[in-house]
Amino acid sequence: MIKIDDVHFTYPNGVEALKGVSLEVQDGEFLAIMGQNGAGKTTLVKHINGLFKPSNGTVVVDDIETTKVSVAKLARKVGFVFQNPDHQLFSETVEEEISFALRNFGYDEPAINERVTWALNLLDLTEYRKVSPFMLSGGERKRVALASVLAWDPKIVILDEPTIGQDNQQKERLRQFIVQLNRQGKTVIIVTHDIEFVAECKPRVVLMAQGKILAQGEAEKILTNYELVNQASVVLPQIAQLFTNLKGKGVPAEVIDVYEAAKILLRRLGEPA
Amino acid sequence: MPIIETKNLKYTYPIGTKPAFEDITLKIEKGEFVVLTGPSGCGKTTLCRCFNGLIPHFYSGTLEGEITVSELRVSEHPIHELAQHVGMVFQNPENQLFALSVEKDTAFGLENLGLPREEIRRKVDWALKTTGTFEIKDRAPYELSGGQQQRVAISSVLAMQPEIIVLDEPTSFLDPLGAQKIFEVINTLNKELGITTILVEHRLDLTSKYASRVIIMDKGRIILDGPPKEILSSEEARLIGVGIPKVTRLYHILKEKGVNLSKVPLSADEATEVLLEVLAK
Repeated sequence: MIKIDDVHFTYPNGVEALKGVSLEVQDGEFLAIMGQNGAGKTTLVKHINGLFKPSNGTVVVDDIETTKVSVAKLARKVGFVFQNPDHQLFSETVEEEISFALRNFGYDEPAINERVTWALNLLDLTEYRKVSPFMLSGGERKRVALASVLAWDPKIVILDEPTIGQDNQQKERLRQFIVQLNRQGKTVIIVTHDIEFVAECKPRVVLMAQGKILAQGEAEKILTNYELVNQASVVLPQIAQLFTNLKGKGVPAEVIDVYEAAKILLRRLGEPA
Repeated sequence: MPIIETKNLKYTYPIGTKPAFEDITLKIEKGEFVVLTGPSGCGKTTLCRCFNGLIPHFYSGTLEGEITVSELRVSEHPIHELAQHVGMVFQNPENQLFALSVEKDTAFGLENLGLPREEIRRKVDWALKTTGTFEIKDRAPYELSGGQQQRVAISSVLAMQPEIIVLDEPTSFLDPLGAQKIFEVINTLNKELGITTILVEHRLDLTSKYASRVIIMDKGRIILDGPPKEILSSEEARLIGVGIPKVTRLYHILKEKGVNLSKVPLSADEATEVLLEVLAK
């Protein structure tokens, strides 16, 4: 469990990025953090893996206060995939990239090999095993970064903008994959601007603006509230926008999913769903 | 005369065993707004690199066939000459920004053209204001967030007011409202100034409503090419797995169940219009 209590954070240049943030995340939860550029989303999640320590307040991950352990130790528990994969990748081949952390964590060679194979297969990267990450496309590099984190099986997985550069099928695979991780009891936290992806996944949504949490709750509740999302520089997903426009026409307001939308409309139009 | 014309264009990267794209025959007319999409690795970014001459002048490898941009044969004109006609915004803004301030980055291209000081000033201010970067004009690009860097990259290209603007997922790091505003700016420039626009995007929910044409590539070839409503409502587009707008998908599901809407919607507003017709009955 993650417990963030009244966290403030000020960068060395004086910018106050977090102004009292409190948040609890249960084991096995799927959480999406959304909001304006510069709202403090990335700063907040970097507190969970201990990369940043709060100027005030506390962050506790599985009963461990992050100020009391090293980032390296927390990393076993909290895997972090950066927004820009180029900030993360450095090895000669994809295989070495994925092996690197495993070797640091002291796995033996057969175990490393097994995990690398597993992670490559999982993220559809097997054919690139011996290829340099820098020969790959942006979307593929992003998957290499993800594979290298998942390989060591952290309990909490944080993905900063995981859908950038991913096509529709890869997004669908990512969605299924997050569901799988949740089923295994892993906590998944994504930071994202991709409203349609969030509308499909329906995680718990945390909206941030100006260093604070503006609102949190079910995706259907948050992403159908125009005033609220607008304050966080977010827009309504297409289906939510449509159902907002259809207000007063005998359809419910809190709809974000296309299949649910179709069911409701068919029922309303008297056709068998 | 088309502003971009290719004939049997084919390109293979120096390390590649198979072509990144092949058999690309394409005419784009002045003032078109083309959304170019397709699965990752389909060759769309590589194709865009030909439009401003990065291929074949910067990337080696083998380019076959013909390509003409603004009546210039790309293979015979250097990048700096093509750059006066084609502005390019890359996927990763870090690869594009280099100056010590946002303002200098935006002014760089204009200064190189040797324009009068006043004109540079005017164009730079306009570009900075249009992209919402005027307030950060004295900051260094490398200390900005990914979203702000994307705005600066767009600003540098807009300042040049090129005939053609090629944007490769230009708003991926921007928050949704910020992205929407940028797309609206691009749309306005296209409609009012007639700047030919080629936008590479996966998120068709956000962008297809601005397009006059959608091109879908798959495995290095153009598979579908035509008006957005026609292309995005086709069975082929769904099978290739491009991100069809949710309301277009809704149109299909309703149609399968026997509810025919009067036209194919691409945006929530269009969907509202056609649904009100049937709900009113």
